[in-house]
Amino acid sequence: MIGGLFIYNHKGEVLISRVYRDDIGRNAVDAFRVNVIHARQQVRSPVTNIARTSFFHIKRSNIWLACVTKQNVNAGLVFEFLNKMVEVMQSYFGKISEDNIKNNFVLIYELLDEILDFGYPQNADTSILKTFITQTGIKAQVTKEEQSQITSQVTGQISWRREGIKYRRNELFLDVLENVNLLMSPQGQVLSAHVAGRIVMKSYLSGMPECKFGINDKLVLDKSGRSDDPSKVSATGKASIAIDDCTFHQCVRLSKFETEHSISFIPPDGEYELMRYRTTKDISLPFRVIPLVREVGRTKMEVKVVIKSNFKPSLLAQKIEVRIPTPLNTSGVQVICMKGKAKYKASENAIVWKLKRMGGMKESQISAEIELLPSDKKKWSRPPISMNFEVPFAPSGLKVRYLKVFEPKLNYSDHDVIKWVRYIGRSGLYETRC
Amino acid sequence: MPTVAKGDAMRGLAVFISDIRNCKSKEAEQKRINKELANIRSKFKGDKTLDGYSKKKYVCKLLFIFLLGHDIDFGHMEAVNLLSSNKYTEKQIGYLFISVLVNTESELIRLIIQAIKNDLFTRNPVHICLALQCIANIGSKEMAEALAPEIPKLIVSGETLDAVKQSACLCLLRLFRTSPETVPSGEWTQRVGHLLNDQHLGVVTSATSLIHTLAQKTPEDFRQCVQLAISRLSRIVTSSYTDLQDYTYYFVPAPWLSVKLLRLLQVYPPPEDPAMRGRLNECLETILNKAQEPPKSKKVQHSNAKNAVLFEAINLIIHHDTEPTLLVRACNQLGQFLQHRETNLRYLALESMCLLASSEFSHEAVKKHMDTVITALKTERDVSVRQRAVDLLYGMCDKSNAEEIVAEMLSYLETADYSIREEMVLKVAILAEKYPVDYTWYVDTILNLIRIAGDYVSDEVWYRVIQIVINRDDVQGYAAKVVFEALQAPACHENMVKVGGYILGEFGNLIAGDQRSSPMVQFQLLHSKYHLCSAPTRGLLLSTYIKFINLFPEIKGQLQDVLRNNNNLQNADAELQQRAIEYLQLSTVASQDVLATVLEEMPPFPERESSILAKLKKKKPNVSDIEVKEGKKSSNPPTLNNSAANTPEATPASAPVPVMAAAPAPAPVQSASDDLLGLSAGPAAAVPVTNNFAAPAAPAGGGGLLVDVFDTPPAQNNVSTALAPQAEDNFFKFAIKNNGVLFENELLQIGVKAEYKGNLGRLGLFYGNKTSYPFQFFTPTVSCPGELASALNVQTKPLDVNTVEGGAQVQQIINVECIADFLDAPILSIKFSYSGSMQQINLMLPVMLNKFFEPVEMDATTFFNRWKQLNSPGQEEQKIFKATYPINQDNSRTKLLGFGFGLLDGVDPNPDNFVGAGIIKAQSSQVGCLLRLEPNMQAQMYRLTLRTSSNSVTTRLADLLLKLF
Repeated sequence: MIGGLFIYNHKGEVLISRVYRDDIGRNAVDAFRVNVIHARQQVRSPVTNIARTSFFHIKRSNIWLACVTKQNVNAGLVFEFLNKMVEVMQSYFGKISEDNIKNNFVLIYELLDEILDFGYPQNADTSILKTFITQTGIKAQVTKEEQSQITSQVTGQISWRREGIKYRRNELFLDVLENVNLLMSPQGQVLSAHVAGRIVMKSYLSGMPECKFGINDKLVLDKSGRSDDPSKVSATGKASIAIDDCTFHQCVRLSKFETEHSISFIPPDGEYELMRYRTTKDISLPFRVIPLVREVGRTKMEVKVVIKSNFKPSLLAQKIEVRIPTPLNTSGVQVICMKGKAKYKASENAIVWKLKRMGGMKESQISAEIELLPSDKKKWSRPPISMNFEVPFAPSGLKVRYLKVFEPKLNYSDHDVIKWVRYIGRSGLYETRC
Repeated sequence: MPTVAKGDAMRGLAVFISDIRNCKSKEAEQKRINKELANIRSKFKGDKTLDGYSKKKYVCKLLFIFLLGHDIDFGHMEAVNLLSSNKYTEKQIGYLFISVLVNTESELIRLIIQAIKNDLFTRNPVHICLALQCIANIGSKEMAEALAPEIPKLIVSGETLDAVKQSACLCLLRLFRTSPETVPSGEWTQRVGHLLNDQHLGVVTSATSLIHTLAQKTPEDFRQCVQLAISRLSRIVTSSYTDLQDYTYYFVPAPWLSVKLLRLLQVYPPPEDPAMRGRLNECLETILNKAQEPPKSKKVQHSNAKNAVLFEAINLIIHHDTEPTLLVRACNQLGQFLQHRETNLRYLALESMCLLASSEFSHEAVKKHMDTVITALKTERDVSVRQRAVDLLYGMCDKSNAEEIVAEMLSYLETADYSIREEMVLKVAILAEKYPVDYTWYVDTILNLIRIAGDYVSDEVWYRVIQIVINRDDVQGYAAKVVFEALQAPACHENMVKVGGYILGEFGNLIAGDQRSSPMVQFQLLHSKYHLCSAPTRGLLLSTYIKFINLFPEIKGQLQDVLRNNNNLQNADAELQQRAIEYLQLSTVASQDVLATVLEEMPPFPERESSILAKLKKKKPNVSDIEVKEGKKSSNPPTLNNSAANTPEATPASAPVPVMAAAPAPAPVQSASDDLLGLSAGPAAAVPVTNNFAAPAAPAGGGGLLVDVFDTPPAQNNVSTALAPQAEDNFFKFAIKNNGVLFENELLQIGVKAEYKGNLGRLGLFYGNKTSYPFQFFTPTVSCPGELASALNVQTKPLDVNTVEGGAQVQQIINVECIADFLDAPILSIKFSYSGSMQQINLMLPVMLNKFFEPVEMDATTFFNRWKQLNSPGQEEQKIFKATYPINQDNSRTKLLGFGFGLLDGVDPNPDNFVGAGIIKAQSSQVGCLLRLEPNMQAQMYRLTLRTSSNSVTTRLADLLLKLF
C-alpha cells in the first residue's frame, strides 16, 4: 500500500510530506527530487523506481504530487487516489498552487489523515468530508445527535448520502462528457480511435430516492430484444453502442448491474461522476484533417491543411484549434487562411490556427509557406498535426434512454423531477499524420 | 589583451540569460529557448548581412543554449565567419564556439583549419594566441595533421613574442599527446632544447613540459638538454626569492619550473661529466638545505610549493641512486616529515621512503626510522597512510630487523583494516620465509598468522608452511607440537585445522610419546573439529586418519569406526564418500607392511619459486618493481629456498614408494600444476586417487604397477646425436621465414627453399660444396625420431648422384605432410667423405608446427567469443618473459605474420598489443589458435597468451614463439 505522500513545488522544495509506513525513510523525499524533478533528462514516465522504492507522480500546474511505496501496489489505484486527492483539494480551496497549498497546509494534513489510513485509501467523497473537516473551525457546540449522525453516516451502509435532505424543487442535471482520441494516416485511414466518456450528474433531490438509469447499450437492448426496432435506427443513425468497459460510482448497485444490466442507485447529493466508459467501435469522427506538405528544395516548405466538419449541419462546433508543427530549422513563416486566426508560435515550434465556431458539413483551409535554414542534421521527423474542438453531441453515439426517480417515502413521483441532459464531445489526442 | 569595450556588452544576451534564469519550470525554459532559436534562425536567414556585433551576440546565445544541454545544429557558418573578423572579441567568441561545438567530422573543418592557418601567419600576436588555443582545445587528429608542421616554426622563430612561444609550446605538447606520429621531429627539436636558456621564465616552463614529453619518446634527441636543465635549475635554486619577481610563488622561486626540470632530469641517467654532476648535486643539496630553513611564510601555499620541489628532488636522487650522501640526507629529511602534522606529507614521505629502502646506499638510513614507522602504523588515522607504512616496513625489512618487524606487523594485523589484511598476511608470510631466524620461529609466525587472520590466509601461505616443514626434518617435531597446542584452542580457524591435520598425519608420531598428546588424544582433538569443517578439509582429515592407522595401529578400531560412519560412507560429496570407502578398504585389506609402504612419509618437495611472491605481485603489480630490484641485491641472505634446495631431492617418478605415499594426499604430487603442494582437493583429484587404489586389489604386484603408471616414457632424445653447432640458431630463424641458409661451415652450405599449403609442404634443399674438391658418397637422410614419425609424414627423394663436385650445388626435394601436431623437428643427417675422411653433420630440418598455419581474419566480437570458448585449463598458455631482442612494433609485426598468424588490428584497445588468429591444418585435425602478445616497454618484457583448442598445440606454439621475441 501507499507508504507516503509528498507534495513539491516546481523547485523541488517539499511542501507537504506525510509518511504512513516505516519502510519509507526521509531520504525518499530527496531521491524523488534528485532523480525526477531535477533530472537532466525530462522524466516522462509517471512511475519511477529508485532503489526498490516506487514513486507515482502527477503534476498539476507547477506542483508535483508523489506517492511512494516499497510494495507492489496497483498503480491504477494509486493514480486514482492521487487524482481524487487533487479533486478534494480543489473543492476545498480552489486552484492547486504553491500559495494555496502553503496557506492550507493544516487542512491538507487533516485531509491526508482522513483519506489515507496506514496507506489504505478511505472515503474521499468531498461532500462527506466537508461535514466534518471544515475550514472555519469546528463549532464548539456539536450536539450529540449531530455527532452520532456523522458517525453513522461515515460508517453506515449508504455513506455517500445523509438522511433528511429536502428541496423545494427536485432537479437533476446530467452531462455526457466525451473525449475522442484519434490517430489518422495522411491518406485518411484511421489508425486508432477511441472515446473515453464520463457521465456527470448533479442531483438536488429530497429524501432517499432510488434512481434507474438507461442508455442505448447494445447488451441491454439485445437482451430486451428491441435492437431491431427499425424506427430507432433511423432516428439516431445507430440504435445501440458497444461499450468496451465501464466503471461506476460506488453508489451504483453492482449486483443488479451484473444480473439485470440495469443501473440503479441512490444518488449522492450534489455533483458526482456516475460512470465512466470507453468505446472503440463505430465512432463518428467530428472532423477530418487533410494535410498536404510539400518540400520545395532545402530552404522552403509549403503546407496546406483542410479541415472538414462531419456532423449535422444544424450543430455548431466550438473552440477549434489546429496545431501544425514546423521543422526545427524554421526561419520564417507566412500564413494565409480564410477563416479564423492563424499564427506561427516559435516557442512551441508550431503554427496555431484558431476558429471560434464552425457549422456541420463545412470545410475550411489554411496554407503556409515555411522558410528553412539549410541544415545538415537528420531529416525532420514530421510530427502529426493535432486538433482541439468541442461539439454538442456524443461522438460515441451514446444516448440516454431514461432516468427514473422513485421516492417511496416522500410523496413526489418521477414526473415531478425536472431533468436536464446535455452532450459534450471534446477532442482528446486528435492527431493526423502528415 | 584588449579590454571589452562598452559597446560590446551584449545587452540582448544578458536579457536572454536572465529570462532563462527566471523561468519557473522546464517547460517555460524550453519555450523561451524555442522562441530565441526561431529568432536567431530568422536573423541568420535574413537577406541583409548581419554586422559583427550581432553575429557575435547570436553565436553567444547559441553557445549558451548549447551549454544548457540543448542541441544546436546551425550557426556554425556564422561562427566560422567570426573567425575572420579583426576584432578581438568577435574572433574570441568564434573560436570559443568552434572549440566547444564543432565536431571533428564536420564539413566545416577545412574552412576552420584555413581560418586558423590565416591567423597563425598574421603578425598580430593576440590572434596567433587565439588560434593556438583553439588548436589545443580541439586537439583532433585532423588538426594535428594539418597544423603540426607550422607550430614548431613559431616556436623556433626569433620574431615570435614570448607569450606566443608559450602558447605554441603547450599547443604542440597537446598535439603530440593526441597523435605523436604527426609531429615530425626535425632540426627544430635541437632548437627547442635551447629554449631552456630563454630569458622568459614562462617560455622555459612551457618548453620544459614539451621537452619532457618529447624526451620520453626519443631521449637521444634531447640529451643536450640535461646540461641546460642543470644550469637553469642551479640558477633558480641559488637565486633569492626576490630575483624572479613574477615567478616567485609564496617566496619559493619558480616552483613549477623547478619541478618540471627535475622531472626532465629523471628521464636521463646521472650526467657523466663530473662538473655537471657536481653542479647538479650542489643544486640538490641546496634544495635539501632549504627544506631545513625556517619557513618564510605560514601560508600553506608556501610549504606546498617548497615541498613539491623537495619531493621531486628526492625522486631524482632516488632515480640516480648514485650519491650515498644525498640519499642519506634525503632519507633524514623524509624522516622529519614522518612526524609532520600534515597527513599528506606523511603519506608522501612514507611513499618516497619505500623507494629509498630499495637503494643499497640508503637502506641502512631508512632502517633508523623503523620505530617511527611502527608508531605511524599504530596511530595513523588514515588507512591509506597506514598502508604505505606497511609497504615501507616490508621494504626496509632485512635479516637484522625481520623478527621485530614481523612481530609488529602481526600485532597490528589483529586490528588492521579489512581492506589491507590480505596483503599484510602475504607480506608477513614472505618476510617470515625470506629472513627466517630459525625454522621454529618461522613455524610460530605462520601459525600465529593463521590464528590471527585465518580468513585472509590464502592457500599458498599454508601450502608453503607444510612444504617447508616437510623439507626440514629438524622442525618437524617442533611443528607437530606447536600445531597440536594451537588446535587445542576452543575455536580455531579452518586453515589451522588443515595445517594441523596434515602435519599431525605426517609427524604425529614424533609427539606421541608424551602422555598429553597420545595418539588417541591427537585423534580426538582432530575429530572434534571434523564436523565444523568444509568438505575439502574433511577430505584432508580423512587422509590424516588413514595415515594415523599406519602410524598408530593401536587406535585403528576407532579410526575405522569413523571411516565406517554412515555420515562418511554415504556422504553426498562424492569425494568424501570415495575416500571413506577406499581408505576403509585399504585399512582392512592391506597388511601392515603394505600399509607402511603405501602410507610412507611424504618425500621432500622439489624446490619451486615461492608462489606467495607471485600472488603478491598479482595483487599489486606496482610492487613488482621493488621486488625485482630487491631480488638483484638481496641474493646474499640465505632464504629458505636456497637452504631447502640443498636437501637431496627425490623425484616422484624415480621412487615408487613416495608415489604411494602421495596417494592419500588430496592430489598426486606429480600433477603439473604450479600449486606448491598440489594440495588442491577438487573433484579432479578423485581420478588419480582411484587409479592408485586399483592396486590394493592385487597387493603383491601393486607397487610395480603404479610405477608404470607414473613413469615417464623413455627419453626420446637419444636419436638426435650431437647436433651441429649453429644448427639450433639457424633452425629458429626459419620459424618466421621459408627461405634461407640453414647451415654453413667451411665445407658445406645448405640452403632451404620451402613452400607450404594446408597440411602439405615441399622443401627444396640445396647442398653447395664450398671447396674445390668433390664430396664422395654424399648421402643426406631424413629421420623422424620417436613419436614424430606418426605426426609427420616425410618423403625424401634420393639424390640421383652421390658425388658433389667442388663448387657445385645439388638439389633435393622433400615432401612433408602434417598428420597431427608435433614438437620436435625431423633430423637431417648428412654423411659424406671429403678428402678421404668421413664427415657427418646432423641438422634439424626446419619444419615446425607453425608452418602449417593459415591466418584467419575475424572481427573483435568473434575473436572474443572464440577466446572465451577456449577457457578450459590446458587450452590457455600464458608466458611472461624478458625480451631477448629489443621491443619494436614493426619487427614484432613481421615476426608474427611470418609465424603464420593473421594479425587482427583494432581488437585490443591498446595499439601496442598484438592480437592474432590462425588455424593449424593437420591431416587428422584442424586446430584454431588465438594469440595475444602484450609488450611492456618499460620492463622490456612480454606477456604472451595463447589459446587453442588442443592442449599440446598450445604448449608447442608457445615454446616456438618464446624463442622469437
